[in-house]
Amino acid sequence: MKICVLVKQVADKNDEINLNEDKLSINESNFNLTTNESDNYAVEEALLLKEKYNAEVVICSFGKESAKQVIKDALSKGADRGLLIENDTNHDYDILNISKLIKNSIVEEKFDIILSGLQSDDQGNGQLGVLLAEHLNMSHASLVMETNFNSDTNTIKVKRELENGWFQWSNVDLPTSLTIQSGINKPRYASLRGIMMMKKKTIDTIKVSELSTNPEFKINLKSLYVPQKTKETIKIEGADDEIADQIINVLKNELGLI
Amino acid sequence: MKILVFIQVDDNNINRMSLEALACGQNLSQDVTALTFNESAVNELTKFKVNEVLHFKNDKLFNYSPLFYAKAMESLISEYDIFLFAHTYETRDWVPRLSARFDLPFISDCINVNSENNLITVTRQSYQGKINNDLAIEGKAFLSIQSGCYKTDLLKLEQSNSRAIEVDLNTVLNTIRPEEKFKEQKGGVDLTSADLIVSVGRGIAKEENIPLAEELTNLLNAELGSSRPIVDYGWLPHDRQIGSSGQVVSPKLYFSLGVSGAIQHQVGMKGSDKIMAINKDANAPIFEIADYAVIGDLLEIVPKLINKLKD
Repeated sequence: MKICVLVKQVADKNDEINLNEDKLSINESNFNLTTNESDNYAVEEALLLKEKYNAEVVICSFGKESAKQVIKDALSKGADRGLLIENDTNHDYDILNISKLIKNSIVEEKFDIILSGLQSDDQGNGQLGVLLAEHLNMSHASLVMETNFNSDTNTIKVKRELENGWFQWSNVDLPTSLTIQSGINKPRYASLRGIMMMKKKTIDTIKVSELSTNPEFKINLKSLYVPQKTKETIKIEGADDEIADQIINVLKNELGLI
Repeated sequence: MKILVFIQVDDNNINRMSLEALACGQNLSQDVTALTFNESAVNELTKFKVNEVLHFKNDKLFNYSPLFYAKAMESLISEYDIFLFAHTYETRDWVPRLSARFDLPFISDCINVNSENNLITVTRQSYQGKINNDLAIEGKAFLSIQSGCYKTDLLKLEQSNSRAIEVDLNTVLNTIRPEEKFKEQKGGVDLTSADLIVSVGRGIAKEENIPLAEELTNLLNAELGSSRPIVDYGWLPHDRQIGSSGQVVSPKLYFSLGVSGAIQHQVGMKGSDKIMAINKDANAPIFEIADYAVIGDLLEIVPKLINKLKD
């Protein structure tokens, strides 16, 4: 069994997001770059499958050269090898173009399972896993909360999360692409031994500039801006003790809730 | 500009967000068609001002199934310019297939769509709602619309005609076989009728601090809710979760403690009458929608609040 996990390097959720002067790009220089949260759960799910079924786990990331770090982090946890699809161009590819670049880079690998986090914490498109399923003629399931592989039928029974507390089981044939909901498992930390072993593992790099593709840009970014507030917000400030008094005042006298 | 709006039907009820997408469509163009795969929706849909209501008939479309859904749409791609969907989990599950199959962009979770001189521009958010992106689209596209961005009471009414079409889905190799949907917890907590909700997020920092929020909740005679990470960590059960994958609430006061307010959370609580938020991060998106903003450490403020409420 060959498993590919797609991981993305993103800004930490607590990072401040500032625009560059062109209002068309984000100033990333002060980002604390990290692995996208739900991708961590996808990595763990792959490692659990590897332990049970002796799978090979390949970590694949599309991004800048710095994204090699998130591949290394996953290799340290026990994945087998890495593939960086390095965007060394000036293009800010939209998700459809990215999916085609990834498809071209991994099609020969003939993965049985592709796992990815359900969406990225920066762009939040939430599409990549399903786009790749279509490109690679795989089945898919999104928002997966549990996986049960059946080696007799070569299918996976997945539990999917729906809205408003509903769930659903779905049987998908291999090959398949599953997008993983956070909370599906408890992601492990890398051990010291894992970090040592990582140093011997292979990370291949494919440069986007060397891929023979003609991206079509059908989406043009016009501007980036901080959303305008539609609400008037009352700030409650002061020492902690004064703040507590003011909160009680609001609850009691303004809202009549106590 | 020809617009097709896909109407999602859940348990024989038209999905409310789909009607918001229809309102978005009416706002864009005079030439709007509503498409449903479910006969039960047809009558209600003909009350709205649309070109026509299309009903695609096939037993395989009765329950949601991504490959059948995608196949059914194929004949329509050449007929329309813009395809609108509600940004539901269902949409997220199957519409990317259309995007890849027809090599047309799918812009998900749009908060605004405009049309000018036949050019469509949309706004969508990135970085957990901290940044808005204005995008212009060349040619056809699939768009999904975020909940609450278009008002259904502005829908234009006028008796419309419907047309039923049998679709052939026999060529689909169905490699995805969903079963009946179900609810996990019976008798779980219903937060939707609470007047006052205290909600905890990541800022609570440790499982050992959860009782702090519980004590405040009891003193205020409130219900306790949470953001997704708290449930993922196992600190509170799933039936406490508020947001797109949890419950959608609209209490008189939503009092959040250390909730950053990612889009997925906001969807579940932005309808609250009043929102009070405590958070250390002055840039947390929750403050964009808060009526009362407390920028500070909840672990310092909440104990003081508890002591004062006890007095």
